[in-house]
Amino acid sequence: MKNIVKMAFRNLKRSSRRTLLTAALITIGVIFVLVYSALSSSFKAYMVGEITDSMMGHIQIHKKGYIASVDNLPLDKNLNKKQIDKVLEVLDASPYVESYTFRIKLGGLFSNYVSSTNIRLNAIDPERESKTLPLFAKRIQEGEPHLLQEGEMLIPELLAKGMGVKKGDTSVLVVNNKEGSVNGLNLKVVGIVEPISGPGGRDGYFHIEDAKRILRIEGAEVSEIVVRIKEVSQLQEAMKSMQPLAAIKNQKGKPAFEIHAWTKLSPFYNIVKMLDLMDLSIKIILISIVLISILNVMIMSVYERIKEIGTIAAMGTPPSTIIKLFLAEGFMLGLFGAITGTVISFIIVKVIDMIGISFSFGRQSDLMLHPSLQGSDVIVVGIIVIIIALIASISPAFKAAKLNPVDALRQN
Amino acid sequence: MIETKHVSKVYKMGELDLEVIKDLNLSIGLGEFIAIVGPSGSGKSTLLNMLGGLDIPTSGEVIVDGINITDLDTTALAHFRGEKVGFIFQSFNLIPVLSVYENIEYPLIMIQHLPPKERKKRILIMLKEVDMLDQKDKYPDQISGGQKQRVAIARALVTNPKIVFADEPTANLDSKTAHRIIELMHKIKQDYNTTFVFATHDEKIVSSAERLITLVDGEITEDREVLL
Repeated sequence: MKNIVKMAFRNLKRSSRRTLLTAALITIGVIFVLVYSALSSSFKAYMVGEITDSMMGHIQIHKKGYIASVDNLPLDKNLNKKQIDKVLEVLDASPYVESYTFRIKLGGLFSNYVSSTNIRLNAIDPERESKTLPLFAKRIQEGEPHLLQEGEMLIPELLAKGMGVKKGDTSVLVVNNKEGSVNGLNLKVVGIVEPISGPGGRDGYFHIEDAKRILRIEGAEVSEIVVRIKEVSQLQEAMKSMQPLAAIKNQKGKPAFEIHAWTKLSPFYNIVKMLDLMDLSIKIILISIVLISILNVMIMSVYERIKEIGTIAAMGTPPSTIIKLFLAEGFMLGLFGAITGTVISFIIVKVIDMIGISFSFGRQSDLMLHPSLQGSDVIVVGIIVIIIALIASISPAFKAAKLNPVDALRQN
Repeated sequence: MIETKHVSKVYKMGELDLEVIKDLNLSIGLGEFIAIVGPSGSGKSTLLNMLGGLDIPTSGEVIVDGINITDLDTTALAHFRGEKVGFIFQSFNLIPVLSVYENIEYPLIMIQHLPPKERKKRILIMLKEVDMLDQKDKYPDQISGGQKQRVAIARALVTNPKIVFADEPTANLDSKTAHRIIELMHKIKQDYNTTFVFATHDEKIVSSAERLITLVDGEITEDREVLL
């Protein structure tokens, strides 16, 4: 094998310009794929982290039918104590769950005594919320979430700007409870919440005990239970561990709960899928580059060396060895392109990481992207390049092996 | 050593069948130094190729060292060539990316898979034999035509073949170099009892051959011992 590799290397060196050109094409393809993958995966990780760790959690559990009417923020589809207990039983038993929090979601009228506007609200348990959504604190421009006490609220940035409300101002919240009666509550604004893309990204927050008071709720009642899992990569397993909930029926014999992963709730997941599709498209382009360039160079190599192939065949070189010689050439071209491409990509990604890329997404601006090259991407791209290089070499290699030595020796 | 039984070779030329070798029967013994002569197109190279297992007859049998090579598949035929025969070509056909030493080493590594020590021993013997020891690290484009043919002879003989087929081995050499090459092959024949079969027009080879086979239109018209 060592000698086959040695001969293959020398044959590539013989046409050094052509070899370098082909390897450069493969290298450029590899750089495109790896740099794009590094950028897109860091963008995805950043955005997914933002969404799941500061707003949505990884999994949400609601009463059946809640999501279908979520825009109305229905209070009559809240989970009652018995249902909450059932959910907690399953969550506490799941090895994938790190923490969970309860929310009551509602709509109301926000007033600063001068003007008023509609507001969407999340009534939260501040302690649990900060454990389940560790990045939530980052969204609060002034104030801390765990400091949110009864009688206090966090309002969305747009609303604060629009109405000229500042931290420390007092406001009035007016809501309808599920029986239809109107109730009001004075709340002190203790923080402004930065907007984030996705549902609930421009909501206000106040204490769950205040919500119970204003909605006249007695006992336990929540709109949703937000779950944080230990490992994001184990989302599917975590979802499976919650299957016992899906089996529980209500009095009408229909499922009592609906369990959604963040991927089903956030429109950003469609962007993630689109990025993955683009990732795949770029990989297909890379495959085409490798396939066409190596196929071309190997076919040329066979035609240029017909007499040489005839000579080694005449000497008694078995067809299998001739095939190996050409496959080794293709393999080395692919390997060279993959290694060079990876090294250059690593440098490019490192430079981008040091500089940082500032970008805006939706209403969020000045987001900093720090890409890093994933080991799995390097391995996958390397394997793709080498396999395609070998595939591209198969046809020319077999063509060489099948040459009739007499005909080949007649070539000039 | 070599026996052909009713060997014919027909090439398809469009709709025409061109019979290049016609019902040829031939017997060649060990250690013979044979020149196959004849006009261009008489079938010399075709016969040489069939005797060496490079080409397959359309009909008939070629038996070399007890093996009916007409029954062998491509791989077995390659194995046969690697073990039993050596080829010397008119245009030397050295592998350009390999040095003189490596060209001679090629069949020992890639075909006979000999261990390094055995390879080195054989190569050095052959390099001395063809007087190319001091040129062993040079590449084919750095040596003369005569030197190339010496390397080609060493490469053909390093596997210890019983028969060497040479198709116009002196055609690309000047007269003096051709003489030296013929002398070298004679010496090797004497030293190793190797059978040499030439397809040639070259009078120098013809005059040094021990047996002359004349081929005209694919048929042997004369087969005679040459008394030196």
